[in-house]
Formats: sequence, structure tokens, C-alpha cells
Amino acid sequence: MSLVREVMEYDVLVVGAGPSGLSAAIRLKQRARAAGQEVSVCVIEKGSEVGAHLLSGAVFEPRALDELIPDWRDHGAPLATPACEDRFIHLTRTGAYRLPVIPPQMRNHGNFIISLGNLARWLAVQAEELGVEIYPGFAAAEVLYDESGTVTGVATGDMGIGKDGQPTGNFTRGVELHARQTIFAEGCRGSLTKALMERFNLRDDVDPQTYGIGIKELWEIDPAKSQPGLIVHTIGWPLDQKTYGGSWLYHMDGNLVSVGFVVGLDYSNPHLSPFEEFQRYKTHPAIRPTFKGGRRIAYGARTLSEGGFQSIPRLTFPGGLIVGDAAGFLNVPKIKGNHTAMKSGMVAAEAVFDHLVGGADGPEVTAYPERLKDSWLWKELWEVRNIRPGFQKGLWAGLANAAYETAIKGRSPWTLHHRHADNETLVKASEAPKIAYPKPDGVVSFDRLSSVYLSNTNHEENQPAHLQLKDKETPIRVNLALYDAPETLYCPAGVYEIVRSEDGTDPHLQINAQNCVHCKTCDIKDPAQNITWTVPEGGGGPNYPGM
Amino acid sequence: MKILVPVKRVVDYNVKIRVKADGTGVETASVKFSMNPFDEIAVEEAVRLKEAGKATEVVVVSLGPSAAQETLRTALAMGADRAILVQTDAEVQPLAVAKVLKALVDKEQPRIVLLGKQAIDDDCNQTGQMLAALLGWPQGTFASKVAVGDDALTVTREIDGGLETIELTLPAVVTADLRLNEPRYASLPNIMKAKKKPFETLTPGSLGVDVTPRLTTLKVVEPPRRKAGVKVADVAALVDKLKNDARVI
Ligand SMILES: Cc1cc2nc3c(=O)[nH]c(=O)nc-3n(C[C@H](O)[C@H](O)[C@H](O)COP(=O)(O)OP(=O)(O)OC[C@H]3O[C@@H](n4cnc5c(N)ncnc54)[C@H](O)[C@@H]3O)c2cc1C
Ligand code: SF4
Repeated sequence: MSLVREVMEYDVLVVGAGPSGLSAAIRLKQRARAAGQEVSVCVIEKGSEVGAHLLSGAVFEPRALDELIPDWRDHGAPLATPACEDRFIHLTRTGAYRLPVIPPQMRNHGNFIISLGNLARWLAVQAEELGVEIYPGFAAAEVLYDESGTVTGVATGDMGIGKDGQPTGNFTRGVELHARQTIFAEGCRGSLTKALMERFNLRDDVDPQTYGIGIKELWEIDPAKSQPGLIVHTIGWPLDQKTYGGSWLYHMDGNLVSVGFVVGLDYSNPHLSPFEEFQRYKTHPAIRPTFKGGRRIAYGARTLSEGGFQSIPRLTFPGGLIVGDAAGFLNVPKIKGNHTAMKSGMVAAEAVFDHLVGGADGPEVTAYPERLKDSWLWKELWEVRNIRPGFQKGLWAGLANAAYETAIKGRSPWTLHHRHADNETLVKASEAPKIAYPKPDGVVSFDRLSSVYLSNTNHEENQPAHLQLKDKETPIRVNLALYDAPETLYCPAGVYEIVRSEDGTDPHLQINAQNCVHCKTCDIKDPAQNITWTVPEGGGGPNYPGM
Repeated sequence: MKILVPVKRVVDYNVKIRVKADGTGVETASVKFSMNPFDEIAVEEAVRLKEAGKATEVVVVSLGPSAAQETLRTALAMGADRAILVQTDAEVQPLAVAKVLKALVDKEQPRIVLLGKQAIDDDCNQTGQMLAALLGWPQGTFASKVAVGDDALTVTREIDGGLETIELTLPAVVTADLRLNEPRYASLPNIMKAKKKPFETLTPGSLGVDVTPRLTTLKVVEPPRRKAGVKVADVAALVDKLKNDARVI
């Protein structure tokens, strides 16, 4: 058993095969090919295959793809369902009121309803044809630095470590991937990105990042009800007016419907359960009929960044840079981040290529943020910067502010700020109203376990838990005592459970890590920031069928 | 000594199988595929035999679509020496596979064909047995232990209620059961090296085999859903239910 890690050298290493990472890899190779240069590019991905961990709505704006692969139509890109009709509905307990005007950000003419997983699989094929090496099933577990503190790459995790931390018979040492530049494309709340932000103080002088959790199901519905291209968004019930969130429901080809619910993680009531809000939403009289006679075929959850412009961190550091939703380039009013993720990857690739080939000084690609500021991405995010924070004052004030900001294209002289990180917003359980969620009916609403089952999640059982507690007492002493164990409610996969001895005493937190769908909510929302999400053994996690 | 290991690309064991709405088969669009787990065990065993100096070459072969290349690459990354893809988009049934393998055995002359006991998609458990019959070779099925001698193989088989140990003269066909070994992880450097290993693509036609399906699938249905449990008042009610509703006693 060797403890020395093998080293593999590349010009550029990309961590994460989502839309941002794959676009960066493709652009690098395109530039290299056009310039007649050799640039080696490697992408590693923690999912067992490309797309296995990707989850998105998704209504897709093809702007960045048009720039990346202008002839994507001739290459079979999976953009099958053009957006046809937008509906924006305000739900009350029993009523549904269609808003007469669709906010401009919600108009989707020219866009497509897609599966992000399938788009990424297709992008991966394009990338490999250009010579990019893609290795799914390998998680980047550790950032590597040289003596001067410059990032030199990452190390993949060891495989075959038992629960007790000791190597099993199957032990395989991780490898070191070294690169001249490392592009971190881990998506929302990337685990290595988080460490880099701390190490290089990348969040100094910017607002805290804020987040939302999105829970999604894929349904096969009665063909008589299928309306491919129909896009329905709702706000209002079942959430109260103080809580930011709403639903999406997209009709795709093949009688498929993507349905999901987003809840802003700045919610304050610890009794709130995003999962149960979603299940309850589907029982609304205006929504339920869509699912009658259908069957649910997939389930999953993922967080998204909602901080927007104000929360964009410093994007570069010696040896590397951050792209996509790891940096927080999501347009919140549009709930779209795929086109911006791709664009940021492309801009980064251009800057990295010029840096490497042009022999620029120093290990930091400072041209990347500069070029980003000149791109449409920056303008797009700047214009909508005040819309999400406007909802801190509730739904109606938020909508009014949104209408104003939209009318003047964000040219208001002020910028609204995010005052608190999402882990700071819970009030004490005793001061918050309890919420009585209805029991699942097994027809349109379900419990957590039967849901996680449909995410095809699997982790090698004999490995140390990848959800780590900084302090073992906090879950009981703080979380349970003050907030009634909110992790048992916000985790969409039932990973956290408070178990007690038979007589009801001696509560402790049980972590069913093998159920984890890698959404990262616990890493964000835990009040004391006591939970750290780390990468499990490569390949572990959900196996989403094109989410 | 050469070992031939046939591997099949199947829907991954983590994926919850879904029958197509029209009942013609199972949904395979956007679904993850990987190597049949029993075949992975067969590859591992062959590689271990090579590492132990008992075998000189491990050749992996798959009959299936071009995507089965990936499955073969995985086997190469685990330590196989070279791969053969017999490419076809047709549905492949056990007899057709056995015939293709027979043609390859004639060509490659291995001493052992080591394959999974069954594929987890159709659960047929026939290919190994059919191949042995076509070749006229002895077979050791459901192997949980394999020991290679000069001209013979000792195979421990998993049978109902116990283990059976048999001796086969070589050449022979062996099918792997779950407990034979625990397959290794393919490491990143080995995945890279696998890209450079010899890879040959053939067609059933070039081997002179007709793979046209001989069985027709009439209908595929999901297993009945488990009904919710009921609480019974007493033992008498329980006995009554078991007798009259469930009809199990
Ligand atoms: C519920 C929901 C609905 C959405 N709806 C829409 C929509 O309708 N339209 C739209 O345009 N956008 C939508 N978005 C936003 C969009 O999905 C994201 O902005 C986009 O996916 C970000 O792309 P990315 O490449 O930055 O990250 P991701 O897509 O998250 O990809 C990151 C990849 O990196 C991998 N990874 C992470 N860490 C590691 C590691 N340490 N080692 C190896 N691999 C790693 C992950 O497994 C993943 O494959 C939605 C998002 C959510 C959550
Ligand atoms: S444990 Fe954390 S990351 Fe995993 S599913 Fe639950 S909330 Fe999400």
C-alpha cells in the first residue's frame, strides 16, 4: 500500500463538470486549436457520470451556447422543447389568480425547456471530441498549494477508507492533479471554493452570499394533459408572505413535467420544512389535476445562489479562479444561472488561455474579472441587483420594488444589501408559529424516504461520514434546544434524525449520510455553522436521470 | 494462459427501473449504465489470476452498442490487457451472445472463459451454460472460489444450502457469483492508461453469427405495488385474514 500520491500534470484543471466547467474546458480547447497550440485540459467530476449530480429547472436561455457552439442545432444539442407560453400565478389557499402582466424576466420566448443533466452530457461529448479529458467518479477533496501559497491543483480523495478511518482491503490512494491554472466550477456552495474563500479572504467587502433550496420532481403525466412548452410559475401559498419562494412547473416533450419549489434560505421560522411546503403545493386544487393519472419518476434537490451582484466575491487568486454558481452568477428574478454559468466559464477560459500562452506575469489571471465586467453577464446581474433584497420586506413590497427596478432597468441610485447570512436568520422555535403539514397522500404528495429512493442515491456504506460536525454537542445543546432541530426539516433527504432512548430521554443526532443528495443546505443553514459538507468517496451521491 | 471475460453494459444497479408507459420494455433514455456487477467480479478474478502469475493475458469482450466501449474501458482500467467490442444495436439475447462468444473462442483460443453468472437487467442466467454447451467444455457455475492448476480448475460453487467443490479439466467455462471477490476501484492513472490499451471492434456479421432475436417480448409490467398493512384485532382475525384474504394457509 503506497502512501505517496501519483501526480498528473495538466495546463488547466477544471473541478466540476457542470455547465460552467464544461464551457470553460470547451472554450480553452477551441482557442488552443485556433491558435495551433497544445493546451491540456482535465475535468474531474464527483458524480458517477457527467450529469449525475446536476439539477436545474430548467428554462434555458441559449445566449451563451450560441456563442460557444453556434451550430449546436446541427450537433444534436438536447434543446428539444421551445418555450411557448408563460403563466405567472398567485396562489391563495384555494384560489389561483393569474397575474395579468408577466414580469419581463419571466418571459421566455426564444428559450428552451431542458434537462441540465442531458445538456451537460452533450457538452461533455463535445469537449471530449476537442480533446478534453473528463473523469467522472473522482471528487476533488483537497486544494494543493506550493510554498508560496499559490494553488497548484487538487488531490482526489482516497478510496476504500472504512468508517473507522482505516484503509480497507480495497484502499486506493487518491492522486494529485497539478495544473498551471485550476478553474473551480463546483456550483453553488462548492466545498473547495468555500475553503478558498476563507484562505484568500475572497469575501472581504462584499455582501454575504444568500441562497435558496430548490426541490424538484420529474413526472410522467397523462398524455391528454401534456402541453410541451408551457411554463407556470407561482408565488404565494403555501408560503407565508414573509418567506421568499415559489414554484415552477414546466411541460416538456414526452409527457414529462418538471415541477419544483424554491424556498429562500433566509427564512426565519425553524418549523418550516421546504420539502413539506413543496409536497403541500402539489395538492392545491389548481395544481393537483396536472398530476392525476401520472407517475413521479425522479426526485432531487440542490441549492442556488441568490445574493446576486452584491455578493460576487473576488474571483481570482494565485493559481486559480472561480466560475459559475460557485461564484454566485445566478440571475435571481429570472431564476436562471445556466447561461451565466456558461458565460463565466467562457470568459475565464479566454483569460486563462491568453495568460498561459501570452506569458503574462504572475500566477493570478486578473484579466478574468476585468473581462467579465465588460461582458453582458455583468450588466445583466447589475440591472436586477435590487430585486431579490427587496423581498426582505415581504412579498408585496418585494413585487412593487421589482416592478420599479425593472421599469428603470436597475438605474436606481442605491444598492440594497443582504445584511445577514442565511444561518443567522432563524428565530427561536418558541417564538415562531408551528406549522401543521398534512400527511402525504401517496398520490401527489409523498414522504422523504420514498422521495430519496427516486434520486438513485448511493454512497459506499463503509466510509467516514462526509457530513462533519465541528462540535458534537451543538446539535442538541443549540439546535434542538433553541430551534427544535431544524436540520431534520430543511434536509430534503432525511439525513438528520433526532433519536432518543426508549423512555424519550437522551436525544442525539443521527446522520444518515448515505442518503445525502449533495444539495449543501445543511452547510449553509445550520445556525452555528457547525455542519461541514465534505466530498464523500468519488462516485457517491445521487444518480439523477437527466434532472 | 489466456482468459476471456465477456462483460455486459446494463442499467446501473442504483437506478430504479421504470417500465415504459406502453409496456414494451424499460426506460433507458437518460439512464445511467455501467458494467454488470457479476461481470465486474469476473474481470477482477481474471486480473487477480494474472497478477498471481496463473494467467498471461486477460481479454475482455462485449456484445452491444458503441456505448459499450465505456464498459470495456472500465475493464481495461481494472487491469484487463485488451478489449474486443462486437458492435450491434440489436437486442441481444443469451443464445446470440453465446454464439458470438463461441466464434471468439475459436479465434482467440482462451483456456478459460470467465463470466458473470447472470446480467442484472434480464436476469437470464443462461449465457455461460449455453456457451459451455456450444463449445463442449465443462462448466463451473456460481463460483465463489476458483483455484487454477496446470490442466484443471477447482471451483467452489454456491448451491442451495451450501457449497459444492468440483474439478474441471481445462479449457472450461466459469461463471462468477457475488462472493467470489470484491472488485477493485479503477484508479485515475489506470483509467488513463486504459485509453492506450489495444481495442478492436468487430461485428457479429464478421464473425459469421446471426444475432437476430428469437424471443419476442410480449409485455413488460411492474411488480404489483405493496398494499398498506392492516391491523388485526386478535389472533382469530389474523388467521381468518391469512386463510380467506391472503389465502396463504
Ligand atoms: C432548483 C433549481 C432550479 C433552477 N432553474 C434554472 C432554470 O430554470 N434556468 C437556468 O438557467 N438556471 C436554473 N438554475 C440555476 C442553474 O442550474 C445553475 O446556475 C447552474 O447549474 C450552475 O452551473 P455550475 O456549472 O456553476 O454548477 P453546477 O451545475 O452545480 O455544477 C457543478 C458540478 O461540479 C461538481 N462538483 C462540485 N464539487 C466538486 C468537487 N469538489 N469535486 C468534483 N466535482 C465537484 C458537481 O457534482 C456538479 O456536477 C436552477 C438551479 C436550481 C438549484
Ligand atoms: S445532508 Fe445536507 S447536503 Fe445532504 S441532502 Fe441533507 S441538507 Fe442536503
